[in-house]
Amino acid sequence: MKTINELKDEKKAIFSIKNLNLWYGNDQALKNINIDIMEKEVTAIIGPSGCGKSTFIKTLNRMVEMIPIVKTSGEILYHGKNIFDKGFGVEELRTTVGMVFQKPNPFPKSIYENVVYGPKIHGIKDKRKLMEIAEESLKSAALWDEVKDRLNDNAYGLSGGQQQRLCIARCLAIQPDVLLMDEPTSALDPIATHRVEGLIEELKNHYTIVIVTHSMHQAARISDNTAFFLSGDLIEFGKTQAIFSKPRDKRTEDYITGRFG
Amino acid sequence: MECKITKNNELNVENLKKKIKKRIMIDKSAKLVFLLSALFALLVLGILIYRIFTQSIGWLDIQFLTSKLSIFPEKAGIFGAIVGSFLLMVIVAPVTIILGVSTAIYLEEYSSKGRLQTLIKTNISNLAGVPSVIFGLLGLTVFGRLLNLGSSILAGGLTMSLLVLPIVVVASQEAIRAVPGFLRDASYAMGASKWTTISRVVLPVALPGILTGSILALSRAIGETAPLVVLGIPTLILKIPQNIMDDFTALPIQIYYWTLDTVLTAEYANLAAATIVVLLLMLFTLNSIAIIIRNKFQRRY
Repeated sequence: MKTINELKDEKKAIFSIKNLNLWYGNDQALKNINIDIMEKEVTAIIGPSGCGKSTFIKTLNRMVEMIPIVKTSGEILYHGKNIFDKGFGVEELRTTVGMVFQKPNPFPKSIYENVVYGPKIHGIKDKRKLMEIAEESLKSAALWDEVKDRLNDNAYGLSGGQQQRLCIARCLAIQPDVLLMDEPTSALDPIATHRVEGLIEELKNHYTIVIVTHSMHQAARISDNTAFFLSGDLIEFGKTQAIFSKPRDKRTEDYITGRFG
Repeated sequence: MECKITKNNELNVENLKKKIKKRIMIDKSAKLVFLLSALFALLVLGILIYRIFTQSIGWLDIQFLTSKLSIFPEKAGIFGAIVGSFLLMVIVAPVTIILGVSTAIYLEEYSSKGRLQTLIKTNISNLAGVPSVIFGLLGLTVFGRLLNLGSSILAGGLTMSLLVLPIVVVASQEAIRAVPGFLRDASYAMGASKWTTISRVVLPVALPGILTGSILALSRAIGETAPLVVLGIPTLILKIPQNIMDDFTALPIQIYYWTLDTVLTAEYANLAAATIVVLLLMLFTLNSIAIIIRNKFQRRY
């Protein structure tokens, strides 16, 4: 018989990153990263500016390749398949691995059109079905009550926090398995930040979340696992509680106690 | 520490006062010079418009707009030229917009920064600097002779398209480049392909800029004369063109020939003036539409 804790540890790894290296031209931004992202858990990536945390998260949906000089080596297994393989469709990957960016980036369209953008480009045409998806996604993103009477208004009329939740709703509308969040609250005020954090708490019951954050408090508050990056190296990775109470590495301790970074 | 700034003699109050006075003088005269330069163009335009309007009074009426050409000034009208100019635009608009926007999309979104891209970009800038007479020769060689289109509306339209293509390409490129990268990222991150992203996100946002550039290009094409002269548009056409393979005449051509022939019949000057009024009104309308579009779709992100 296994104990409950052992059973918990048997949660599946949705991403298995093996010996990942990444270069921007000649500058190496990620050095031999090995990490497992567990299903339906929140993994926080912390570290000082320029440590490679944003690069890392953008590698998971291959958005990093938008920069033409990027080269990678190693493997990222997603559900056991290497996302760098030739036969692996990057469009397909991105429909199941959604991303929320640092700065809210809604399209200059109506709130409704923003949410149904994903479903529409993936072939859903039925108006009633689209409306259903829009309502569901906006409800999941805790935005429905605020916008239900003005779905046809331009998204840029919303406040920054609302825009970011709209971007989360837009992401949820394609029903991804994983949500990548690249400092989603860094452009928001404390109240909006609080709301988005509460939303992440809700969402982690249904989605695997990887979140890059500048704020150690945020990592401690919302994540199950934490990875600490420093100049392209993964210094420490483990349960958030353990990392914040008993860091194994001196550099991790220095960073989380605010001695640098 | 001891402060060691010695008083500079040049900076005493009396000296400064003099200098400031001088500077204010220079400032005033500079303003005057620039104002006069600005007024010069305006003055010339004013004279032109005044002369044209006074000369065209009495000649510009419904009969003038709806009659065919004639060698008798009292009976002459520009209906044929209006239809010719209109049909010319029917060719120029779709050809330039489709080719121009496609070229811009390729250059901005698809081509990798390499030799081919540099080559195309340089050539487009070069093309923009080529005199219109030379475009006329190009059109004569390729469309008129090689493709045997003669001096038809089709030949004229294609030649004009070549002439204004660089305007549309450059304007569209700028509009596409101005679409912020974070909008593209949002689309790609949802699994959209390149073309989906371009057609659903980039082009709608860039559309006002593209439209403005296209309309300005069209107004340039309406007013161009030289390429059509080189193509050999006949001097006097009494038939109204029926389709794009017909011979034709256009408004600027008509102005050109009537002005040339004033030595034969003095009233032709009045006909030319009346035609200029019509042409200018068309151009002002087009340009106003461009400005309205630009103002209406100010950046919303």
